[in-house]
Order: sequence, then C-alpha cells, then structure tokens
Amino acid sequence: MIEFRSVSKSFPDGTVAVDDFSLVIPSRKTTVLVGSSGSGKTTLLRMINRMVEPSAGAIEIDGESILERNPVPLRRSIGYVMQNSGLLPHLRVIDNVATVPVLNGVPRKVARAQALELLDTVGLDRAVANRYPNQLSGGQQQRVGVARGLAANPNILLMDEPFGAVDPIVRAELQQETIRLQRDLDKTIVFVTHDIDEAFLLGDQVVILEQGARIAQIGSPTEITENPANDFVATFIGVEQGKRALSIKKTPRGSVLVDSQGRAQGVLVDGAHT
Amino acid sequence: MNLLADAIAWIFSPDRLSGSSPLPAAIGLHLYYTFLAVLIASVIAIPLGYYIGHTGRGRNVAIGISGAARAIPSFGLILLLVLVIGVTQKPLAATIAFVLLAIPSILAGAYSGLEAVDRRVVDAARAVGMTEWQILVRVEIPLGLPLLIGGIRAGALQVVATVVLAAYVTLGGVGTYIIQGIPLRRFDMILGAAIVIVVLALVLDGLFALLQHVVVPRGVAAGRPKELRTSSTRRRAVVESPTV
Repeated sequence: MIEFRSVSKSFPDGTVAVDDFSLVIPSRKTTVLVGSSGSGKTTLLRMINRMVEPSAGAIEIDGESILERNPVPLRRSIGYVMQNSGLLPHLRVIDNVATVPVLNGVPRKVARAQALELLDTVGLDRAVANRYPNQLSGGQQQRVGVARGLAANPNILLMDEPFGAVDPIVRAELQQETIRLQRDLDKTIVFVTHDIDEAFLLGDQVVILEQGARIAQIGSPTEITENPANDFVATFIGVEQGKRALSIKKTPRGSVLVDSQGRAQGVLVDGAHT
Repeated sequence: MNLLADAIAWIFSPDRLSGSSPLPAAIGLHLYYTFLAVLIASVIAIPLGYYIGHTGRGRNVAIGISGAARAIPSFGLILLLVLVIGVTQKPLAATIAFVLLAIPSILAGAYSGLEAVDRRVVDAARAVGMTEWQILVRVEIPLGLPLLIGGIRAGALQVVATVVLAAYVTLGGVGTYIIQGIPLRRFDMILGAAIVIVVLALVLDGLFALLQHVVVPRGVAAGRPKELRTSSTRRRAVVESPTV
C-alpha cells in the first residue's frame, strides 16, 4: 500500500505542481493516474521513488515513510518504466535488463540468466538479448524497459506513460501484456497516462486529476462511467459527446447502440450483465 | 622545388643521426614534452570537466576561462613563465606553459562529453537506483568518451605545435633546427624541420582520430544511420533497412 498524505510540491520558479494531495494506492492492484499535461501526474509518480521530493506532506509505503529511506536502495526496490524506454544505449539488451540486480551485487552470470527469463516473461525473443537498444523497434524497447523494471522482483512497478511513443497497434498489444503481467505477477502498479481509454482498460482504480493534481474523481472505470462526479470528469471521459456517449436506436430487429456521430457501435442484448 | 628537395635531403642525411643534436633525439624530446604536458593537463582537466559536466556547477566559469585561454599567445606565455619562474627553471616553466595551453581543450572535451549524454538516459539510470558515482562511471563517461578524446586530440595538436617555440628558450626539440637555422640562413634545415613537425602533427592527429572512432560505444554506433551520400537520393531509401 502506498499512501500520500497532504503532499504538496512547488518548484523554485513558483509553479505549484501538486497541492495538498492525499491518496491511498492499494497493493496488488493497478492504479492509473490520468490527467492532461500539467496535472502533476508524473510528479506524483516520481515522488514514490524519490525522483522528486515533496515540499510538504508525507508518503508511506506499507506504513513506512519513504522520506527517511536512502533514495538509492528505495529506487532499486521499485520498478520504473518510463516513456522512450530510458535504456542505456551502450549496453546490450541483456545487460540493460540485468542492471538493477548487478547493482544489488548479484553475480553478472546469474543476473544475465534471470534477464533471459524476463525476456520470455515480457514476450520477447531471446535472440534480442545481444542486440543494442537502438537496434530494436519502439515496441520492443518498451518491452525491454518493462523487463528491466521487473528484474529486481519489486513489489511496486511505476509506469510513466510507457506506451505514449509507440503506434496504436503495438500500444494495444503492450496494454494486453501489462494486464497479463499484472494478473500473473501480482504487482502493485502505478500507471500514469493522459489517455482515458488506456486508464479505463488497465486500471482497477482510476484517479482523474485536474490542474495542480486536484483529484476530480477516484473510482473503478465502471463507477466513474456510471456516475461522473462533475462536468470536468464527464467531458474528460467523453460521456457527453465523445465516443462513450451512446444512444439506443430502435430497429425492427432490436436495439442498436450508436455514438454521437450516429455510427453504430454495438447491439443491445438483454441479460449480458445484471 | 629545389628547396624542397634540399629539405628532404636534409631530413634523410646520415648527418641527422650524429652530431650534437641528432634528429631522432630531437623528435623524442619533442614528443616527450607533448605527452608530458597532455598527461598533466588531462590529470587536471578531466576530473574538473567531469565535475562540471555532472553537476552543471561552474559551467559558465569554465566556458569563459577556456574561451579566454584559447586566445593567450603561446609564445608570450612561455617567455612570461620563464621570466616569472626563473631562467634556471626553463623546462618547468615551458612545461607549465604547455599544460596551460592544453587544459582548455581537454576541459571542454570532458564537460561537453558529459553534457552531450541524453538527459533522459541519465534520468533513467538514476531512477533505477544508480548512485551519482555509478551514473558518472557507468553511463556518462562511456557515452562522453568520444568528445573527451576529441578534446585531448585538439590539446595535443596545440602542444605539439607550441613545443617548437620551446627551442627559443633552448629546451631542444625539433624547433631547435628552425631557431638555429634562421640566423644561419639554412633554409633546407628550417624547411626540413618544419616538414618533420607537420608530419608529427599529422601522425598524432591520425592516431587520435582512430582512437576517437574506436571509443564510440558499440550500441551507439550500431543505431546510427549509416553515412548517407547527399548526391544520391536513391540509396537513401534503401539504406534505411529495418534492423529487426
């Protein structure tokens, strides 16, 4: 469990990125922080591994304040996956994956063997192990980034818009992989994105943020869709005129759901869910 | 042409191997001063440059100093140091002058090498839990090495050219022949020595160019698009073959 208690962050130039933010992130679930740019979502994420220091407030992991922990071991105990993979360009894929275990003193040979298994876990061919990051496609690089994040077997995995820079088809694939990984490995995932569809797809708990990291609404995707807290949320998730605004159109053979453009999105059937 | 032939004849004359100042010894002394100065300058400038490049502190001061230092007249600096330190300490004075001349290039190479490293890579290294020292040693130094070698290359070239002037304060080196040749109007000797110095500089530059090429980290070189010829647009499309 990760807990933010009245956390604020202001930068020296006076901008307030986070203003009095409190949140409980449950263990072994995926929590998605979603908001437009400037909502402070990345700042919040980077506070969890002390890449950003809060100006005020407390952050605890399993009841222990992280602000008293040495940042280096803290960061090694938390997986981090960033946009553009952040791989070290001068190291082979296998050594990139093995980075954190090697830093922790695991013998290189052992760490490499584990890294090979991790390539399987994230769905990469072992043949890429000896390539350099620049020789891989964007999607493959992101998979390597995820493998690196998992290498030290952390309980917590932070993902900062990890699929922002890959094309939609690969992104959909990676999203499914993330769901599978979460199910198989049972990690606490904190995921940052500006894409509400991605948030609803991946999140057990979705946190919609406004400017200054003010929480507009917290809930499961279903709760948020069924009952948007305010106009901001309704607009943001698109239930008023976006793709989630569906209406029923009666036809002789039954009811069809159409979006705001009048295009059919599906057919209404009875009793699928109660 | 006659003069050039004379100069080459001077270089390869058997007399160059004997006498009070044989040519190989002069070349050896010349290179000794060059390497000594570059070595000392590196010991001073590389850690300083890395400190500046890693922390970002003192960057403006370093740019100012290295910019200004490049404008110092080398001949004047040697004479000034000989006068200040004392005529009995000429080798020391001259070496200090060479070191001072080599420092700006090496310093610039060291800090610009670190600054050229993608900030996102450094950020990722920090985020996975590298200490500042590990970031420097495992990420920034290997990735910044080509620019550092470039800086040492520029510094070494400057010194190898400046050591010629050391002969003016009777320190020896290949410049001795030029300084001695001028009053004697021995143009074969002057030109011959000049050619030797040019060849020394070119060989040194070539070696450093080679080294600079070798130290490019393999992963960085691997991802670089291959050299494209601007004259041919047709190859351009073909060269970008998928690497996966």
